[in-house]
Amino acid sequence: MSAATETIVLIGHGMVGQRFLEELAERGLTGATRVVVLCEEPRPAYDRVHLTTYFTGTSPEELSLLPEGFAERNGIELHVGDPAVAVDRAARVVTSRSGAAFRYDTLVLATGSYPFVPPVPGRDSEGCFVYRTIEDVRAIEAYARNRGTGVVVGGGLLGLEAAGALNGLGLATHVVEFNPRLMAIQVDEGGGAALRRTVEGMGLTVHTGVGGQEILANDAGEVTGMALSDGSVVEADLVVFSAGVRPRDELARAAGLAVGERGGVAVDERCRTSDPDVYAIGECALAADGMVYGLVAPGYDMAVTAAESIARGRDSATTFLGADTSTKLKLLGVDVASFGDAHGRAEGCLDVVYADSRSGVYKKLVIARDGTLLGGVLVGDADSYGLLRPLTGSVPPAAPEQLVLPAGLAPPTALGPSALPDDAVICNCHHVTKGVIRAAVADQGAATVPEVKTCTKAGTCCGSCLKVLGELVNDELAACGVAVDTGLCPCFSHTRQELYEIVRALRVTSYRALLDEHGREAARGGDGCDVCKPAVASIIASLAPAIGAGRHVLDGEQAALQDTNDHFLANLQRNGSYSVVPRVPGGEITPEGLIVIGEVARDFGLYTKITGGQRIDMFGARVDQLPLIWARLVEAGFESGHAYGKALRTVKSCVGSTWCRYGVQDSVRMAIDLELRYRGLRSPHKLKSAVSGCARECAEAMGKDFGVIATASGWNLYVGGNGGATPRHADLLAQDLSDAELVRLIDRFLMFYIRTADRLERTSVWLERIEGGLAHVQDVVVHDSLGICDDLEALMAAHVAGYRDEWADTLDDPEKLRRFISFVNAPDAPDPMVRFVAERDQIKPDLTVLIGPELPVRTLEGSGTP
Amino acid sequence: MTVLTGTTVQIETAEGRWLTVCGLADLTPGRGVAVLLPDGRQAAVFLDSAGRVHAIGNRDPFTGAGVLSRGLLGSTGNGGAPFVASPLLKQRFDLTTGACLDDPDPAMSVPVYATRRA
Ligand code: SRM
Ligand SMILES: Cc1cc2nc3c(=O)[nH]c(=O)nc-3n(C[C@H](O)[C@H](O)[C@H](O)COP(=O)(O)OP(=O)(O)OC[C@H]3O[C@@H](n4cnc5c(N)ncnc54)[C@H](O)[C@@H]3O)c2cc1C
Ligand code: SF4
Ligand code: FES
Repeated sequence: MSAATETIVLIGHGMVGQRFLEELAERGLTGATRVVVLCEEPRPAYDRVHLTTYFTGTSPEELSLLPEGFAERNGIELHVGDPAVAVDRAARVVTSRSGAAFRYDTLVLATGSYPFVPPVPGRDSEGCFVYRTIEDVRAIEAYARNRGTGVVVGGGLLGLEAAGALNGLGLATHVVEFNPRLMAIQVDEGGGAALRRTVEGMGLTVHTGVGGQEILANDAGEVTGMALSDGSVVEADLVVFSAGVRPRDELARAAGLAVGERGGVAVDERCRTSDPDVYAIGECALAADGMVYGLVAPGYDMAVTAAESIARGRDSATTFLGADTSTKLKLLGVDVASFGDAHGRAEGCLDVVYADSRSGVYKKLVIARDGTLLGGVLVGDADSYGLLRPLTGSVPPAAPEQLVLPAGLAPPTALGPSALPDDAVICNCHHVTKGVIRAAVADQGAATVPEVKTCTKAGTCCGSCLKVLGELVNDELAACGVAVDTGLCPCFSHTRQELYEIVRALRVTSYRALLDEHGREAARGGDGCDVCKPAVASIIASLAPAIGAGRHVLDGEQAALQDTNDHFLANLQRNGSYSVVPRVPGGEITPEGLIVIGEVARDFGLYTKITGGQRIDMFGARVDQLPLIWARLVEAGFESGHAYGKALRTVKSCVGSTWCRYGVQDSVRMAIDLELRYRGLRSPHKLKSAVSGCARECAEAMGKDFGVIATASGWNLYVGGNGGATPRHADLLAQDLSDAELVRLIDRFLMFYIRTADRLERTSVWLERIEGGLAHVQDVVVHDSLGICDDLEALMAAHVAGYRDEWADTLDDPEKLRRFISFVNAPDAPDPMVRFVAERDQIKPDLTVLIGPELPVRTLEGSGTP
Repeated sequence: MTVLTGTTVQIETAEGRWLTVCGLADLTPGRGVAVLLPDGRQAAVFLDSAGRVHAIGNRDPFTGAGVLSRGLLGSTGNGGAPFVASPLLKQRFDLTTGACLDDPDPAMSVPVYATRRA
């Protein structure tokens, strides 16, 4: 290396060091100068912020922040595992542990912090850890194996993260905090109390207002517990210290650079130390405002400032004068956010508080006398953080009381991102304002959140701004008058209705053919997507008899298109197990039928529950048990209840005229007839029905897609009813129908809906959306105004004639049965993630195995290798 | 244990060993199968419509359940790179990088395993 080349030496390759290198590269400095990096840890920079995800399976490689080939491409000399041990400022030389010497023109310190370990006796015992590096978490993981209890010293942000990790490792976990509340820096008393309740609710033990006095150890020097300042003792096998961090300024001190009274390398607003050729950035620096920042965003700002100063010298206009310490975190699954003057320190300010201890939600806004929002604390529900933080310093456009109310209770005037001024910072991590985001959409043509992320960097760090970002992009697109694409998905520019017509008219029986011939240009030949595959599968299934496609939803290519529930003919539950729902037409079931269901559930250890659809659901079946369970059910005469399909679910009934003193028609018989007629019918969304024996309406038919209510002279048919989140009472389609008239009208109605509805559009929404509404549907299906009724009836007749039970067919077909295995290379090994615990004499999913690290339960010997 | 004939599919384990997991004929284009790894973790192996085999971690980072092998494949909207949509809450994962396409949080990505035919 020629002596003429300028040399920049960077000490410390942590998060901020890496960002600094990227900023150098962006300014073209890496080509022109020699860049040497001394990295103490055994690996290049990684994402320390997400360190805890190591315990949930993220590998060190995945945490790496060094893009592949970055150092080589930019000619950066990276010395991994070789820390700097001395700086000679007079000679401008840095010496590393391996003895290498590097002459520098500019030196940058990015040495971060070290975890502070309080000077308690016994802190060197085996089983004491800190929580800062990948080596730390690896050591904790190894030591925690086969041990029962852990203590975390420190109830701040990092302490709670460490506690969450120990809890996830299956240790009984204690948190000891010297302050009277958890996360004392970020949240106030009320927030701390809410957090504590939630943390305790997860089974952790919290000790506040006490300090650790001594670490107790056995003869072998291994931790056995911890004595606390209140005289009590917590027995424990492992201690993690997380009592704060201290800047690593030892090199700077030894080199005679100015450091702060309480540590930190003192720097000016351009991040220069007392020697103008030496910079300090990140957690090791004491910023010009007298603060040491322990967060990554201020560190990144310093990295930019230093790079800019090195590139432009005096001309640099970028300065670092202090930073916003707003944070939003998810700790142990609880959202916690604080921003601005969270503790209400400003003169004469007022608090607006919403607290609900039952749900663990606590929200406080600090408001100045003139209504200016100064800051706030959000615990348990921090959804509004993305909007509130940028509003800090201004008078919000809605009353503060409204801003803390939960979504359901807040008036619909709820404020959106349109209320923010253009200079509001939306992404705090990368300092991106609303104006910049709007410009990216309006001027640079970014039309999606991912595109905006690439061109502005917004949303690419902690992600807490993504929700607001999405809303802003949509608002801006609408403002630019961008036409909304009505296509089904990125693969098809046609609507579902158009695809139905294409499939039908051209008798297209394969998704592949439809995609390659009718898909968008860019999608042809590809894999399609998870939106159109099930939608097309449903269209082909509804038309199967008419277009000559395979009848079974798992036939050939169709199998690959189905949503997972249809693929396994069962409903996937949160832990990966399945539920089983046999059809019970009209809700009528014999004692023998009940006994069979009871026996099957008992023999396979399933949880049973009566559903809201008048039948019985059995939960907790492993995928490999499904065929065994169904073999028993089919043998006893049961068939698939299609609880998994976008298909007819149930036709509920009331007891009707057979038993009820008010009944005027046999509602049970009609419900059974209808359920058997339409069973297996695939549709854009699920279909539900009910038949009531008189106007008292005990079967709730008016809440169904098609509901039938008995009259003295026949049946009234109602359509477009819905329960769920947006209930809708059904509209009367026709009155006093005979049995045959009723069935004919329902045939036509359903087929017209299937033909014209959008994907996942219930009849209620379809009826509101379709041009002409109810009157039009009445014209078409009652008065045959389009002359298509014969056709609609023929389609339904073909469906009814072609119906076969999917489960019986599956059991008869070894090819279809092949999918019902846990592991392709170990078909007999049950999925270790599917575990249960007892509750009220039955089972429920064991969720702890899901939150914790992936369970390596059993080893596999030889299976899978031929 | 079944004896595999014809082309088999292998994936590279964390220990750098090639593990035979199934026959190519066991895979359906557009769908996946779950594989139990020697260390007790799970992988999901997929065959895309172009006939390429992909393997990622089977554990859905959003729910913790071992279900990604049961998701649907797609490729549009990801620059042609294939992805799988989780069957539980529908987040999509790039099969070549393991990144979650709906959440930039690296904690929500899944491991990727090298695959080969043998
Ligand atoms: C099991 C059951 C609850 C129960 O224990 O009673 C249930 C369970 C589910 N319902 Fe329901 N619903 C059940 C009766 C109902 C009812 C009552 C009824 O049918 O009379 C309603 C209101 C009526 C209605 O649909 O209009 C109902 C309205 C919903 C909705 C909202 C639909 C809407 O249009 O707003 C959803 C969400 C959706 O489909 O998008 C839903 C979705 C679900 C899903 C499928 C959610 C999911 O994707 O995992 C649940 C899974 C079922 C499973 O795994 O087996 N469930 N659900 C009931 C099964 C009935 C059956 O025998 O098939
Ligand atoms: C578990 C955890 C969770 C966190 N969560 C968040 C969060 O949610 N939000 C947030 O903003 N921040 C968070 N932080 C803090 C964040 O990680 C730090 O602010 C950030 O890493 C600081 O970057 P840095 O480069 O200054 O220091 P570091 O990333 O610590 O890097 C400094 C590097 O310098 C090396 N070094 C030290 N001395 C020498 C030497 N003499 N020679 C060579 N190398 C040396 C060190 O080994 C280290 O690798 C978290 C930290 C931890 C530990
Ligand atoms: S709807 Fe009428 S017939 Fe049916 S149970 Fe109720 S009161 Fe009796
Ligand atoms: S605020 Fe962190 S990524 Fe935008």
